Amino acid sequence: MDVLQLQKQFVDYRASLYHEGFLDEQFTQLQELQDENNPDFVVEVVSLFFEDSERLLNELTKALEQQSIDFKRVDAHVHQLKGSSSSIGAQRVQKVCIAFRNYCEEQNIEGCLKCLQQVKHEYSLVKTKFETMFQLEQQILTAGGSIPV
Amino acid sequence: MECNCFEPQWPADELLMKYQYISDFFIALAYFSIPLELIYFVKKSALFPYRWVLVQFGAFIVLCGATHLINLWTFTMHSRGVEVVMTTAKVLTAVVSCATALMLVHIIPDLLSVKIRELFLKNKAAELDREMGLIRTQEETGRHVRMLTHEIRSTLDRHTILKTTLVELGRTLSLQECALWMPTCTGLELQLSYTLRQQNPVGYTVPIHLPVINKVFSSSHAVKISPNCPVARLRPAGKYIPGEVVAVRVPLLHLSNFQINDWPERYALMVLMLPSDSARQWHIHELELVEVVADQVAVALSHAAILEESMRARDLLMEQNVALDLARREAETAIRARNDFLAVMNHEMRTPMHAIIALSSLLQETELTPEQRLMVETILKSSNLLTTLINDVLDLSRLEDGSLQLDLETFNLYALFREVLNLIKPIASVKKLHVSLNLAPDLPEYAVGDEKRLMQTILNIVGNAVKFSKEGSISITAFVAKSESLRDSQAPEFFPVPSDNHFYLRVQVKDSGSGISPQDIPKLFTKFAQTQSTATRNSGGSGLGLAICKRFVNLMEGHIWIESEGLGKGSTAIFIVKLGIADRLNKSKLPFMSKVSTNHGLTAFPGLKVLVMDENGVSRMVTKGLLVHLGCDVTMVSSSDECLRVVSQEHKVVLMDVCVPGIDGYDIAIRIREKFTKRRERPLLVALTGNTDKVAKENCMRVGMDGVILKPVSLDKMRSILSDLLEHRLLFEAI
Repeated sequence: MDVLQLQKQFVDYRASLYHEGFLDEQFTQLQELQDENNPDFVVEVVSLFFEDSERLLNELTKALEQQSIDFKRVDAHVHQLKGSSSSIGAQRVQKVCIAFRNYCEEQNIEGCLKCLQQVKHEYSLVKTKFETMFQLEQQILTAGGSIPV
Repeated sequence: MECNCFEPQWPADELLMKYQYISDFFIALAYFSIPLELIYFVKKSALFPYRWVLVQFGAFIVLCGATHLINLWTFTMHSRGVEVVMTTAKVLTAVVSCATALMLVHIIPDLLSVKIRELFLKNKAAELDREMGLIRTQEETGRHVRMLTHEIRSTLDRHTILKTTLVELGRTLSLQECALWMPTCTGLELQLSYTLRQQNPVGYTVPIHLPVINKVFSSSHAVKISPNCPVARLRPAGKYIPGEVVAVRVPLLHLSNFQINDWPERYALMVLMLPSDSARQWHIHELELVEVVADQVAVALSHAAILEESMRARDLLMEQNVALDLARREAETAIRARNDFLAVMNHEMRTPMHAIIALSSLLQETELTPEQRLMVETILKSSNLLTTLINDVLDLSRLEDGSLQLDLETFNLYALFREVLNLIKPIASVKKLHVSLNLAPDLPEYAVGDEKRLMQTILNIVGNAVKFSKEGSISITAFVAKSESLRDSQAPEFFPVPSDNHFYLRVQVKDSGSGISPQDIPKLFTKFAQTQSTATRNSGGSGLGLAICKRFVNLMEGHIWIESEGLGKGSTAIFIVKLGIADRLNKSKLPFMSKVSTNHGLTAFPGLKVLVMDENGVSRMVTKGLLVHLGCDVTMVSSSDECLRVVSQEHKVVLMDVCVPGIDGYDIAIRIREKFTKRRERPLLVALTGNTDKVAKENCMRVGMDGVILKPVSLDKMRSILSDLLEHRLLFEAI
């Protein structure tokens, strides 16, 4: 495939992400921060997000498996996850986190567990999406083109 | 026998002889005792001047006595010796007595004259005595007058004065009755106001134009009047001979209580009566006393009057003071109310205006149909005009009450003029006007003054030039005003004095536009006044521009005026302002300061040291990315303790993520504030929060945060936030 086609594909794919609510304007902002001084900014941030989120999800799983659940700690983790996802622009993850926090406040174990599942699901979805997007970017770069803004 | 005896002359008749014999004996005795007496008394008195005469007299008497004594022996037959002695005695006696007689011729006239002189002296003494008595009386009188005067003048109360006068006079002169008649309000009658003996004088009145009264009033002396005239008839008629009566006039000054108007010379009448049934007469000195007293009373009364007047004036002044104070306080309240109103209106009016302008300009950026674009442009233009008007009015009212103060700072004069040129060129080129700028070579590059307002003034004037010119050219000249050119026929009261620290900038803006007729020139700088020519009616504007310029120029200790040769001949606006000379030291700060003051916002913050505190790694990284993109030097910390450790004076801004439940953020703010006591060294503390409720914002303000920003933060937002922060050192976004 030639560069133009790759670029078009990339743009469409990215647009669809926005459309489907996986990403919001915050991600656009991130992209704006990427320049010659910081060429891999987005990738770095997203990678950090992956690391952080996975750690948090593990923590959450462990915390909710306990006999007596420390809702404060759970809330703290969810808060972190919410923060990270909103910084990235991972909209759907963020939304689930908000619901998750409400359940935590209510100390609703059922709700929390359900939300945890949802979060994991959404996270894996968005992770896949990101990875695809980065792949496309890589392809464009190797083909000698530039990433369309 | 013949004896040498002598026979007595007469025959010896026995009885007669005896008597002769006895008489002779006594004569001799007397004759001998008289000189003895004389000697005794003369010895006693030291003053007798005629001793020699006495001696003579004594000798004469002694000899006479001797003669008579010897005569005793001649009654009988006596010897020749006796006869010889007798003869000797007689001869001596004759000699002495003749001498004495001769002497007496000298002496007796002398003695007589002594007597006369004595009588004369006695008369003189009597006369002197009399005169002494008179003087003493006069002195008494004088003392009485002084005492009276003292009494009268010791009080400033009118009634006391008058009462005291009467009492003292009565006492001094032992009067029967003493009365004071005062003119009434109408001035046509005299009313009995005070008497000595009667406690409550019945309100007698007498018409003022009686001949006797006229007589008294027309003379400055005390005048004797008849006891039967109306003013003197104070006691009920009785079987007595009234004493002599004297009346004297007392000049009155205009006293408020007496309320006499249009009476040039007002007099009261004082009537004094000697006791009846006494033979006393009015003596000259008593009359003099009365006249003197009358004068003194007049003086005392005038003093009392003056005192009354001054007291009244003082009371009036006090009242006025109170009223003025009240008025001043009311005025102050009014000014305060107006200022409060202005402050509120300032904010209230500007906020919606900004919303309108901002949103309209945003709207302009979107896709619009030509119709819509036109509408939006109209909205924008109108709202800009309105904003300018609001600003002008608010500025002017601040200028009016003198609360406006110039912001003095060093700025680039050349850059200012270039900026004005840049701003005006587009508009001018649309109207096909040529604009030229001429800066004199001796104009300093940097100056100290209020850059913003100077620019406003120049822009206003140049804008006017463009507005009122349909074609032609506009030339702007600026140079340093020298003393000859400082004095201008247009501004005779303007005396600028150049000094070492200041210079006078003179700017002339000449246009080839419609000109101004001479009678309109004075009105140019008055508020809201516009010339009526048709050309200007369409140009809009509130008419405040020049008025504001004039006030700015005045604040800068300068002068502004416009010259025009007439309608259609163009006009020249000239102003001179005082600017400070910038010294080398200030220039180094300039690049940074000028950027800050032009208020266009910084697009990059080279080297700005920022500390970012965020627990969340991802959002920390995103924030860092934002700041790095803007050129900042970012340090990241992930906990409050680390933040406190790392924070230093070099960090200009600390961005901290505070989200509930992260209460640490607030604690940190407090602890950072404690760490940096001086406000200058302290970095600006900004809270990043996703929390939209007011409580969070209030908490931030309470702990002393300098700013609160809502997440998510876009690049543009971060840029404008930082530039606002650095300019104002404060930012609180409307939540």
